[in-house]
Amino acid sequence: MQKRSRTINGIWTAVLTVLSLAWIYPIVMVVINSFKVESAISTSTAFQLPTAEQFAGLDNFTSAIGSQGFLAAFFNSLVISVTSVVLILICCSMCAWFITRVNSKVTKLCYFLFVFSMVVPFQMLMFTLANLADKTKLNTPFNICIVYLGFGAGLAVFMFCGFMKSIPLEIEEAAMIDGCGPIRTFFLVVLPMLKPTLVSVGILETMWVWNDYLLPYLVLDKTKYMTIPILVQYFRGGYGKVEMGPMMACIVLTVLPIIIIYVLGQKHIIKGVAAGAVKG
Amino acid sequence: MQKNIRKYWPIFLLPTLAAFLLGFVIPFCQGLYLSLCKFTTINKATFVGFSNYVKAFQDELFANAFWFTAKFTVVSTILINILALAIALLLTRGIKGTTPFRTVFFMPNLIGGIVLGYIWQILLNCVLSLLGKPLLALNATYGYWGLIILMCWQQIGYMMIIYIAGLQSIPNDYIEAAYIDGATPWQTFWKVKLPNLMPSITICLFLTLTNSFKLFDQNLALTGGEPAHASEMLALNIYQTFYVRSGPQWKGIGQAKAVLFCILVIAISSLQLKLTKSKEVQQ
Repeated sequence: MQKRSRTINGIWTAVLTVLSLAWIYPIVMVVINSFKVESAISTSTAFQLPTAEQFAGLDNFTSAIGSQGFLAAFFNSLVISVTSVVLILICCSMCAWFITRVNSKVTKLCYFLFVFSMVVPFQMLMFTLANLADKTKLNTPFNICIVYLGFGAGLAVFMFCGFMKSIPLEIEEAAMIDGCGPIRTFFLVVLPMLKPTLVSVGILETMWVWNDYLLPYLVLDKTKYMTIPILVQYFRGGYGKVEMGPMMACIVLTVLPIIIIYVLGQKHIIKGVAAGAVKG
Repeated sequence: MQKNIRKYWPIFLLPTLAAFLLGFVIPFCQGLYLSLCKFTTINKATFVGFSNYVKAFQDELFANAFWFTAKFTVVSTILINILALAIALLLTRGIKGTTPFRTVFFMPNLIGGIVLGYIWQILLNCVLSLLGKPLLALNATYGYWGLIILMCWQQIGYMMIIYIAGLQSIPNDYIEAAYIDGATPWQTFWKVKLPNLMPSITICLFLTLTNSFKLFDQNLALTGGEPAHASEMLALNIYQTFYVRSGPQWKGIGQAKAVLFCILVIAISSLQLKLTKSKEVQQ
């Protein structure tokens, strides 16, 4: 029995190994192609390793960074992601605390609206939202975080509320009796207890904002600002001949930081996703 | 305590609520109204009643996109959930190297839909050209299966994480008790693990269903709706109606389509939540 289950486990390990190699292959393929010279990249040869004369070294990477507005797009994506996620975390956790602790018709209505907004597809309001953002000058990378706070509030408030219902009220009451006002109670007592949920929400929102394409594409002032997803789409959109080499390098440079961050913090990320789902 | 906090609403509630009004409530209501108008910009809208909806229903491309989306959603939801659960079961058996496997399977989730679509377009076109078949942009069937493969590749890892968390939260006593009572692993799975897994199944079905139904980025990047709108899903169809088709009537029709789309998503997801929630058991 023992021996048999060991061989079965061995077989499954082998199967999973093959499967996970297949899983990372698409990314490996792009990395390989990013080192080829332009003429060697074609539809039917994407799987081949570069030969000695096809090897381009880091040329594709330098031209990707140098010419294609890559750095500006990367910077915009970074600014948008950081400001939006920080804003969402602070404002939505405060809002969720208020909603769970104050019991009134208004807070109930707010909660219902937030939950409702999670299901509504973006197409429903893309045109009107882009218009409104234009009028209110929210169409720059520094201001778009307000739009993200508004549109992303649903999920964040919902997850924070789910967690806050499980915090015992007594702790906060004790703090209040000891003379803490609501603001100090929230920041010194409630917020530290929220840490695991903050991580979950932070990860989910970062994944969303960093990779979002349509919202920034429609809301941002297109002539001035691009984000990474917009840049990638722009280059394949048939504006003249697409330079495949720098394109591949561009993708590698986009994916690489995410993978590095992921590998370093994978424990938290996977835990955060699992916890977030259970609350949801 | 409640009264004490209530006074502080401008600090706690107002910022989020103001942004929410600006980023969701106002555009949503405007969108509802505009679906009944003919317009090219918001200020130049004339009320036309339900004619936009009538035209949306008459649009063959929209019907086409609906069926394509429906077929895609059903197949991808079933495939993703079965495969994710299978992998989750394997990874909770105590096999060596569980963590690296988990890491690898989850990875595609971190890459955005546009980049993923592009990567898979290169890969699938290479396979197709090696096999001597037409490329993705020329054959809707390949486009369909390409989207399914891409979606599975991206979503299985995420759902797997949720299923693993669900499996790990089942008390070991239950499984031991089943084992002592002489249950086979197959019986243990169907009678003990699966009923206790219903909360995870509810969430995963909800996520895969809505993700598949609302899919846009991957559709745009992988096939772009080619050939001739045959692989166009609802979200992309609405986008095209808004921004690609020319003519003053299309924006209103696009908004009407978006309202219909919104109603569909809400109906499907609430129906699913109701159905699976009723099957959940108390631990």
